[in-house]
Amino acid sequence: MSAPSLGKDLVGLEPLSAEQIELILDTAEPFKEVSERAIKKVPALRGKTIVNLFFEASTRTRISFEFAEKRLSADTVNVAVAGSSVSKGETLVDTAKNLEAMRIDMVVIRHGSSGAAQFLGQRIRSNVINAGDGKHEHPTQGLLDMLTLRDRFKRIKGLKVAICGDILHSRVARSNIWGLTKLGAEVGVCGPASLLPRNVQELGVTILPRIEDAIQWADALNVLRLQLERMEGGFLPSLREYNRVFGVTSERLARAPKDLIILHPGPMNRGVEIDSDVADGPHSVILPQVTNGVAVRMAVLYLLAGGSPDWAQGGDESPSPSSGQALPRAERGDR
Amino acid sequence: MPSRTPLLDDRAFGRTLARMASEVVERSGGTDELVLVGIQRRGVELADRLKRVIDAAEGSNLPCGKLDITLYRDDLQTIGPRPVVGETSLPDLDGKTVVIVDDVLYTGRTVRAALDEFADFGRPKRVLLCVLIDRGGRELPIQADIVGTSVSSGPRDRVDVFVTELDGRDAVELVRGG
Repeated sequence: MSAPSLGKDLVGLEPLSAEQIELILDTAEPFKEVSERAIKKVPALRGKTIVNLFFEASTRTRISFEFAEKRLSADTVNVAVAGSSVSKGETLVDTAKNLEAMRIDMVVIRHGSSGAAQFLGQRIRSNVINAGDGKHEHPTQGLLDMLTLRDRFKRIKGLKVAICGDILHSRVARSNIWGLTKLGAEVGVCGPASLLPRNVQELGVTILPRIEDAIQWADALNVLRLQLERMEGGFLPSLREYNRVFGVTSERLARAPKDLIILHPGPMNRGVEIDSDVADGPHSVILPQVTNGVAVRMAVLYLLAGGSPDWAQGGDESPSPSSGQALPRAERGDR
Repeated sequence: MPSRTPLLDDRAFGRTLARMASEVVERSGGTDELVLVGIQRRGVELADRLKRVIDAAEGSNLPCGKLDITLYRDDLQTIGPRPVVGETSLPDLDGKTVVIVDDVLYTGRTVRAALDEFADFGRPKRVLLCVLIDRGGRELPIQADIVGTSVSSGPRDRVDVFVTELDGRDAVELVRGG
C-alpha cells in the first residue's frame, strides 16, 4: 500500500504532508471512543516503554500524553527537569543515551530550545515526539486544534482561522500555521506588531491588524496565551492595554457576522487575551480541545509505534493478499 | 497466474445466510438475550444481514454491535505502514449470548483479539462464533459454531468476500496461488 506513514519521529507539522496530517486526524477518531469506555484501556502499546522528558513546566500537555500512553497500555516514566539549567548540547545527548541504555521505546520531549526534539531524534533510535520545543513547534497542539475544528465544521479546507495574540513567541501558532495551510485552510494572524514575527506573510498567512478585523474575517479564532514568561520586556505597554485593544470580549464577538468558535491552547490569562464570559461561553471549544488532545496523542503514539515501515518489513504477514483478506484494500492481515 | 474459483454466487450467498440465521437462533435458544456483533469490516455487514433475516422471522429487534479489533492485535509492528482503526460500538453485553459474526475464519487471531476486547466491555453469558467461510489454517485452538461454507486453502490462497453494501454484489471467491 502506498499510504503514508509518519516515519520515526514527530518533530513538527512543517515536515509532514497533508496526507500524513489527515492520517493522524483520522486515526484519532476511534481513539476518542476508547476514552469514553468504562475500561479506558486498549492493549495496543503493551510492553512499550515511554519516557516523558520535560525540561519545561507543563501540566496539561504532560498529563494528556500520560493519559494517552496509559490508555494504550504503555509503561511510562516521567522525568521533570523544569528549573534546571540543562540545555541542548552534550547534556541532552547524555540524558538520551542513558535512557536508551535502559531500553526505552519512545521519548516525549518538551524543551526550551527550538530544535531540541529533532536534535534528539537524530541521535537516538527511539521514536521522539515533540511536546513543544522553544518557539519552534508544538505539533500535537496543532493537531488537536485541527481535530476540534474538523469536529465543528466537518472540514478544514477553506476555513478561515485567525490566530490571535503573541505569535512571535508561540510554537502553537507555528504548528497551527503549518498544519492548517497544508490542509487548505486560510490562516490570519492578529496581534500587536511587536508580537508578530518579521516576514510572517512568507508562511502564507494574512495579517489582520485589529482584533475587530479578525472577528469580521474568521470562522474560528485561536486565541493564544500571552507568554509573559518568554517576554523580556518592551513588547507591551501593559496587560490592561493589551486587553483593551486585543482582548477577545463578548462585546466584540457580538459584532461578528457569523457564529465564531473560540479556541485557546491554555492555560488562559483570563481578563488579558480572553475574557471569562467568552472562555466559558457558548462559542468556546476550549474543553473539547483538551478532550481531543488525548485522542490525538494516542493516534500519534500508535502510528509511530506501529506504523514504522522499517518494522513492517520484518513481519511474517504482509497487510494484503497473504491470507483471508476479503479484498486487497481491506485492512487486516489475518482472520 | 492466480486462478479465481467462485464459492458462493449471489443466490447461494442468500441461502447460506438464511440457514446461518436460523442456526444462530437455534444455537442461542431464542432471541431474548441474543446480541450480534460484527467484526469490522465485512463482519459488520454480515451481522446486519443476519439481524434483518432473524428480525423478519422472529419479530424481534436484535441489538447489533460492531467491533474493531485493531487495537487488540498481537502484531502491531508487522501489519504495515497504515494501521486503520475502525469504529467500535457495542450494546450491553452482560449476561447476553453474544454471537461474533465475521466473514472469513482463518488463523483465529482475530477471534482471539475479539474475545480479549469483550472482556473489557462486559461479561457475556456465552459467546458463539459465526463465520461465512471457514478456510482452515488455524494457528490457535478456536473453532466456529456456525459456518456458512468450509473450504480448504493454503497460505498462498486468498478468499474474497464481496457484499452488496460495500462492493455492489454478493459473492465469495477463492483465489488460488499467485
